[in-house]
Amino acid sequence: MDIFGIPIQAFLGQLLLGLVNGSFYAMLSLGLAVIFGLLGIVNFAHGALYMIGAYVAFIALDTFGIGYWYALVIAPVVVGTLGVVIERTLLRRLYRIDPIYGLLLTFGLALIAEGVFRDQFGVSGQSYPVPEALQGATNLGFMVLPNYRAFVVFASLVVCLGTWFVIERTRLGATLRAGTENPALVQAFGINVPMLVMFTYAGGAGLAALAGVLAAPVIQVTPLMGSNLIIVVFAVVVIGGMGSILGSILTGLALGIVEGLTKVFYPEASNIVVFVIMAIVLMIRPAGLFGKEK
Amino acid sequence: MATHSGIERLSRIGLVVGLLILLAAPFIGLYPVFMMKALCYAIFACAFNLLLGYTGLLSFGHAAFLGAAAYATGWLVRSAGWPPELGILAGMAFGGLLGLGVGLIAIRRQGIYFAMITLALAQMIYFVWLEAPFTGGEDGLQGVPRGKLFGFLSLESDLVLYYVVVAVFVAVFLFIVRIVHSPFGQVLKAIRENEPRAISLGYDVDRYKLLAFVLSAALAGLGGSMKTLVLGFATLNDAHWSLSGEVILMTLLGGMGTFAGPVIGAFTIIGLQDFLADRVGAWVTVIIGAIFVVCVVAFRRGFVGELKAWLQRRANYTASRSVSKDAGQ
Amino acid sequence: MLKLKTISAACAVAAAAFAVPAYAQVSGDVIKIGFITDMSGLYADIDGPAGAEAIRMAIADMGGAVAGKKIELLVADHQNKPDVAASKAREWFDQQGLDMLIGGTNSGTALAMAKVAAEKKKPFLAIGPGSSALTNEQCTPYTIHYAYDTVALAKGTAPAVVKAGGKSWFFLTADYAFGSQLQADASKVVLASGGTVVGSVRHPLSASDFSSFMLQAQSSKAQILGLADAGGDTINAIKAANEFGITKTMKLAGLLMFINDVHSLGLKATQGMYLTDSWYWNQSPESRAWAKRFFEKFKRMPSSLQAADYSVAQFYLNAVKAAGTDDGDKLMEQMKKSKVNDMYAKGGYVRPDGRMVHDMFLMQVKTPETSTTPWDYYNVVATTKGEDAFTTKAESKCSLWK
Repeated sequence: MDIFGIPIQAFLGQLLLGLVNGSFYAMLSLGLAVIFGLLGIVNFAHGALYMIGAYVAFIALDTFGIGYWYALVIAPVVVGTLGVVIERTLLRRLYRIDPIYGLLLTFGLALIAEGVFRDQFGVSGQSYPVPEALQGATNLGFMVLPNYRAFVVFASLVVCLGTWFVIERTRLGATLRAGTENPALVQAFGINVPMLVMFTYAGGAGLAALAGVLAAPVIQVTPLMGSNLIIVVFAVVVIGGMGSILGSILTGLALGIVEGLTKVFYPEASNIVVFVIMAIVLMIRPAGLFGKEK
Repeated sequence: MATHSGIERLSRIGLVVGLLILLAAPFIGLYPVFMMKALCYAIFACAFNLLLGYTGLLSFGHAAFLGAAAYATGWLVRSAGWPPELGILAGMAFGGLLGLGVGLIAIRRQGIYFAMITLALAQMIYFVWLEAPFTGGEDGLQGVPRGKLFGFLSLESDLVLYYVVVAVFVAVFLFIVRIVHSPFGQVLKAIRENEPRAISLGYDVDRYKLLAFVLSAALAGLGGSMKTLVLGFATLNDAHWSLSGEVILMTLLGGMGTFAGPVIGAFTIIGLQDFLADRVGAWVTVIIGAIFVVCVVAFRRGFVGELKAWLQRRANYTASRSVSKDAGQ
Repeated sequence: MLKLKTISAACAVAAAAFAVPAYAQVSGDVIKIGFITDMSGLYADIDGPAGAEAIRMAIADMGGAVAGKKIELLVADHQNKPDVAASKAREWFDQQGLDMLIGGTNSGTALAMAKVAAEKKKPFLAIGPGSSALTNEQCTPYTIHYAYDTVALAKGTAPAVVKAGGKSWFFLTADYAFGSQLQADASKVVLASGGTVVGSVRHPLSASDFSSFMLQAQSSKAQILGLADAGGDTINAIKAANEFGITKTMKLAGLLMFINDVHSLGLKATQGMYLTDSWYWNQSPESRAWAKRFFEKFKRMPSSLQAADYSVAQFYLNAVKAAGTDDGDKLMEQMKKSKVNDMYAKGGYVRPDGRMVHDMFLMQVKTPETSTTPWDYYNVVATTKGEDAFTTKAESKCSLWK
């Protein structure tokens, strides 16, 4: 059976792969949106934190023999701590000045991280094995889908929806949101706003690291994996609307699927389709699909 | 020396000294190819500074214009047989045209969004170059001949080409000085200082921003075109986002909103990369990143900016001392 | 804050002072050999730092000096970027008095370096790159393509695979000079052998995720998946092919594979694959002896590229000794007159188009059961004489060989 002249196997197969990619876009743009929405900082280092998370998992396995399931917890904790350090020592100084400096600072941090890991590990990447419980593949008829990739989609959906729920539907989330709208007032209520901000950044960093661990068995763990992804994630966030968390999740997934479809019909364009959509969205709805003009 | 008019004189002397060093460079042991490369990037940085330092717009994808012009010039000179001067002009025009396209989309948003959009659009353009057959993709567009300038001046010799590059650089530098001091430049500065007020004064702010953007893109393209002639190739590196980041650093490090700042920043960064590349390998990236961090946290005014501020403080001090002396102790 | 600013300013000034390099050094009494290759990326294992070490071994075996001059080796990493390679080469020729340049992996960089060497009239000896364009459309009087090339790979592996039943091909190609050339040369041979090319897809150099390419390959329904890439890309493609069950319906043909790739993937994943190579560590007593020396240093067997690095350095230095000069033109003349008879090749010689002609071997990867000792990976199935392995005069597009 053919759709537009393409066999349905290829079509569904690419769609599914696109969904997997979309899960990563969703998780990363979620972290970025959380940090921007609540801190006003565009965290260019988000890709680097994702990469460091993957490397923590790799080093944990390679040097200490600690497996994947532990790494899912260890990596976010390690990178989250790193996030705390970054926020306290560096980002804190920049809140009062032009936000472009925050972008430039995190850009510099991303370069530092990439350089250090490139020096240590080279560029061609290390492979990380799929955890035993998730090995193997299922023959879906139209393609053979490695079980691990299905797990990734499932896990990232859980994480994304969980985060959205915490921020939009719980008291903690409400406090966070209030803290960024009017820090002085919230502080007057006795809530330690700087501490809140610090943990928010750490939380975003932890999310990125979690995405990194999930990604490790799928793609090569390389120092460049973050920078390859971060600009696409920026585009996703711009399309979805900078302050909107739900927007980032939905847009991330949708864009992964669109990219997958492009690979079927016009593979050369798959790299640029995200940006083309961004340009179009900006012409029609400058605030993004789900965004609110701040 | 530590008076306000003294500062003026000092900067003028500084510029003259800089020019003399440039003119004498090949004879005092500086490698001409390195100098030419640095001058091309200095043109790039000056063009970028026009946008960031004087108009207050952070374009995070400026390498797109340098790369576009580099490829255009490279292809026209190599495959279409165009003479170098026409190739350069065409490259500039192509850069400016691309700037118009990007600007029209990006100007709709301000501040940080503007930066992210320019980054994303530049990345899109990068992928277009990656796929387009004429650029040679990963292999780059190679074998660009230097040709004869205006039909008679052969540019094959490094020395001859060097002085041509110096001439172009000086022209660009003076042109930017002229723009900044013109009424147009004053409006740009007003937009940087306080955009709502500029709007309330009746200026079509978007039109001015777009024009500055196109101008900056065209001049960035000029840097790219010249670089292609000097080195004989145009590659994906010329359009990569890391170059966009580097030009921001050059401008920041040298001094945003100053004339000499971007030039000094460009020479420093290019020199550093050249010097360190063999010795420390991947650590060059780390060092560049560290300089970024240090600059943003503690050195926002850059070399020239800090120098000016220091001299300013001395001048104020001297002035206030002489005033209090006159007031009769 | 003020103190931090002052320190920052002082550091920056110091850095700027360092940044203006003191460059003028000319070599008169030293033979300088340059080696630019991929030191840290996807090709680092098959050539890379170990290749540099192989050259150093050759220099040491010469006694560190030739024709009364000391020998010095300059090494650089081009990071798979042609502009970095070309700039470094130009700088070395202009400022360091480089006498000869050895080209490491990556055909894009090699083509760029060949141009620079031709401009400076110095020998460029290409080991790592595969693109046959180096001795065809882009040949120069100063290029010698020493080890293997895409034509030899195509003429070696493709007919064997087609004869074994693999008639329809789908190519997975690295999107740069080497991949495109290899796909072109291999397609020609497949068609000439009576096969068909069903389709192809290009992947970015050093790609991390081959899953969507695998799906495209699968939907083509070809019998053979031809891998027109190398190093880390080939390894990852083969892994992905296994992961997505491609190997159940298609056979893999690795058009460029080195012993490091087989070692990395293991015999289970690669058994039965055909590959063409210029040298195997176990092919002769001399090769075994040299490989043992290499193994002691690196705890792994050398690839054919690393062996060729050693051989070409000796070849050049012997030419210097014979000609008694480091002049580029005279040395090119000398090298085109000399023969190569060492542990790397027997009866090798350089043609007017710059191609070093020597035998190529068609090998098949052993099954895990038949492999008795570590690194015992290949059966040599056939030997192709040099004249038949490479571009023939009739096919040649080089103006120097008419």
